[in-house]
Amino acid sequence: MKRAAVPAFALSVLYGCAWHQQSALNPGGPQAAKIDTLWWSFFWLLGVIFIIVMTVLLLTLTGRRANMEREALEVTHKASPQTESQTRRIVTGATIITILILFVLIVASVGTGKAIADLGFKKNPLTIQVTGNQWWWEIQYINGDASQTLVTANEMHIPVGRPVQILGQSQDVIHSFWVPNLHGKRDLIPSRTTNEWIEADQPGAYRGQCAEFCGLQHAHMALWVIAEPEDRFDAWMRAQLQPAASPSTQETIRGQQVFLNNACVFCHQIRGTTAGGQNAPDLTHFGSRRGIAANTVPNTKGNLAGWIVDPQSMKPGNHMATIAVNSTDLQPLVDYLESLK
Amino acid sequence: MTATQDFTPQIPNQAEEVEQLHRSWRHPRGVLGWLSYTTHQAIGTRYIITAFIMLLTGGAEALLMRTQLARPNNGFLSPDRYNEIFTTHGTTMMFLFAVPMMEGMAIYLVPLMCGTRNVAFPRLNAFGYWMFLFGVLFLYWGVFTNAAPDVGWFAYPPLSGPQFTPGKRTDYWAQMITFTEVSALCVATEIIATIFKMRAPGMSLNRMPLYVWSLLIQSFMVIFAMPAVVIASSYLLSDRTVATQFVNPAEGGDPILYQHVFWFFGHPEVYIIFIPALGFVSAIVVAHARREIFGYTAMVLAQIANGFIAFGLWVHHMFATGLPQIGEAYFTASSMMIAITSGVQIFCWLATLWTGRPRLTTALHFIYGFLVIFVVGGLTGVVLASVPLDWQVHDTYFVVAHFHYVLIGGALFPLFGAFYHWFPKITGRMMDEKIGRLNFWVLFIGFNLTFFPMHIQGLMGMPRRVYTYPAEMGWGPLNFIETIGAYIIGIGGILFIANVVSSHRSGRIAGNNPWDADSLEWATASPPENYNFEYLPVATSRYPLWVDRSERAFVTGLRNDRREALVTTLMDAEPHHRYVFPASSIWPFITAIAVTIGFAGSVFNPWYIVWGSVLSGLALVGWFWPRGDSEAES
Repeated sequence: MKRAAVPAFALSVLYGCAWHQQSALNPGGPQAAKIDTLWWSFFWLLGVIFIIVMTVLLLTLTGRRANMEREALEVTHKASPQTESQTRRIVTGATIITILILFVLIVASVGTGKAIADLGFKKNPLTIQVTGNQWWWEIQYINGDASQTLVTANEMHIPVGRPVQILGQSQDVIHSFWVPNLHGKRDLIPSRTTNEWIEADQPGAYRGQCAEFCGLQHAHMALWVIAEPEDRFDAWMRAQLQPAASPSTQETIRGQQVFLNNACVFCHQIRGTTAGGQNAPDLTHFGSRRGIAANTVPNTKGNLAGWIVDPQSMKPGNHMATIAVNSTDLQPLVDYLESLK
Repeated sequence: MTATQDFTPQIPNQAEEVEQLHRSWRHPRGVLGWLSYTTHQAIGTRYIITAFIMLLTGGAEALLMRTQLARPNNGFLSPDRYNEIFTTHGTTMMFLFAVPMMEGMAIYLVPLMCGTRNVAFPRLNAFGYWMFLFGVLFLYWGVFTNAAPDVGWFAYPPLSGPQFTPGKRTDYWAQMITFTEVSALCVATEIIATIFKMRAPGMSLNRMPLYVWSLLIQSFMVIFAMPAVVIASSYLLSDRTVATQFVNPAEGGDPILYQHVFWFFGHPEVYIIFIPALGFVSAIVVAHARREIFGYTAMVLAQIANGFIAFGLWVHHMFATGLPQIGEAYFTASSMMIAITSGVQIFCWLATLWTGRPRLTTALHFIYGFLVIFVVGGLTGVVLASVPLDWQVHDTYFVVAHFHYVLIGGALFPLFGAFYHWFPKITGRMMDEKIGRLNFWVLFIGFNLTFFPMHIQGLMGMPRRVYTYPAEMGWGPLNFIETIGAYIIGIGGILFIANVVSSHRSGRIAGNNPWDADSLEWATASPPENYNFEYLPVATSRYPLWVDRSERAFVTGLRNDRREALVTTLMDAEPHHRYVFPASSIWPFITAIAVTIGFAGSVFNPWYIVWGSVLSGLALVGWFWPRGDSEAES
């Protein structure tokens, strides 16, 4: 059988693959790194077991079996007592080895779980509440000082080297918060708050995606975690805490009027304006974000125009209302929203 | 009447007695007669054929999904259609194919292997089949009237609740579960009763074939697991139909409670499917390696332990909900224990093959394929038992790969082995070995091409149950390979059907025991007559057909002018008394219709529970009405 080639193939794909932004095996922080180490120890140990079992299996097909006489099985259907006792020793030994290996794996697994749990108890943590919605993420930076509490959506910035506590909640159905480069999953369950600690030890953009089936657009519920050095994070935070910039060009002033005079305001908030809806992503700094519609598409003017005109074709079934924006209003509206850096 | 039995007894008026047996076991005629069959061969075959059609249906659904996922941002299926199809695929494969198929095989084989004439409760058996069939029709009526369920085969609330899934889709799903529960409990009851009380004299528990052991364990598991899913689906149904708030978090209900109850059933469900498959493996290994099983006692104990442990590890489906560390450690350990009991069985099969003289038939090919695939699935199961690793791979394609390795490798490959092994018994003709081998290799290659890359894909971040994915994620090439693999599996399926059709028509005549196998089903004609054995056999050994002919024995003195068999004691199978099977009857069918009116109607109006109960009560009066015929005498 050609299975010997499979581990080699698997390895080359695992190491050489181009997509690393949402991979459990490309850790960007200590939690994911510990799981990655545990994975490879499991992989090698279980891989060796697989090869041994397959070797034995293949050997049963050949005539050559160690120290076995060819017995007249067609008549008696029984192996000789010597063969039986010898085989019994081997099978017993294999069972004992299996138990020992499993014991080692349990200890390694529980030890890793404990080590990951210990990573949470550090000083100076940042607390972020992530709320799942059909089909987007609300991100709220918790701060004792209400003026420092920030609400945004679908994109989370965190400082490198600082532990972050994720408090998970849900507005509607069960979702699951998962940024594989940083940590495993944690479900977001309505009526409960779940808890997970993440930390990035190198700057980068890590993609995450909802991992619990949550309905029609489960496939289009992604978020970005942007890990930045402390000073850049602070600058980002300061900027995000500001209300939205007032429109400065004629085009964007018109765009703001279009936004405020339409049904947009019932669901979306833009701080600094009269738009105060709470049912949909906060758009105060929409222009600074990477994606549209929970990162279904990149945030470009073209995509945004398409999204506003017909949200149902890009992400069928999503809860954004289709609003009749006439063609002369569309361009100003897009310009305005993209100006909200 | 020719002597069709290997236990050829010399009885003076044999021909006359056999003629009497023929008459008393004859099926009633006509359409109504056909609906009244109660012999285990007929019911078993109906289960097998219906479940096989469900396998093809579920397979077609899988091909639709694979076609959609073949490339990024594909528009072949809309998201709602995709969600319906993956839900129906999972539901069909678990509830309408795998479990009923294993039950059908058991209904056909257990009475033969135990050396008796029918299952203990033939009318209940017929009723169970009709309930299963009506469950199938009920779900697919929904599917074809655009009311297919779309919340996953697990239907987690609150997504499956009335607020987020209005309409009747989820109700169809939940009520279909009720149909299959009833059917599964009927089968479990009669299999246990048949095994405990109707084994051939001399077949003490420690002489039972391992396949019979596996069915005994599976049936007990059904009895303990099904009530949990009754609770889960009842929570959901009553929340949806009469606004109880068991699992609705908005009103203080607990959605996690649903998950616990569902998986308390859901995990054993997997073993309910694959423990009988392990029984197939043991039977085929023994017959085709031509030696007694190595480590019979260890095998039996390992299977029993499997059955127990299966109920202690449901939480490993819920590691991502967040548990205290001590709970995580417990469920990691209990999940890994399954590897010990499965390991023991694999070692024993390897030892049997190693010290035996394997004859590389198609059936044994499938067993070798099983061993390769199942070992991979078992090892990835160890990965999933580890909480930190599970956090990463849970609900990704890694898990999809794992359970297809375990279920296709662990249940479907042995099942195909079983088809090739027992086809001669069931039809009287051999299947073609050349096409059989091609069939095996196509399935084996197609399977690995489809499911092996999914391990990598899951580690690379692709979640399950997404109808599409962006091209930038780079999952496209692996998905494309998998889709090709899925179509190769489809070709394997067509080869199998072609082989069945041509062999059924013109295969070589099999004779009683073409494999020179050891167990009692090979001691009679192929296909067996309705009464199975002219004279019930006596088991003088664990391998009754491998003892010298002169030492074989049989039972005489049963009445042949009515459907009679021997009841034996539980432990040692000593003859206890004669037992009369009820005659064929239309009432199981009528009762099933009455119950179906209640079940199906209650989805639309709770009052149908009342009407259905009244009708079922009336039908049961008919079922049990004394008729003054031979059955009343006893």
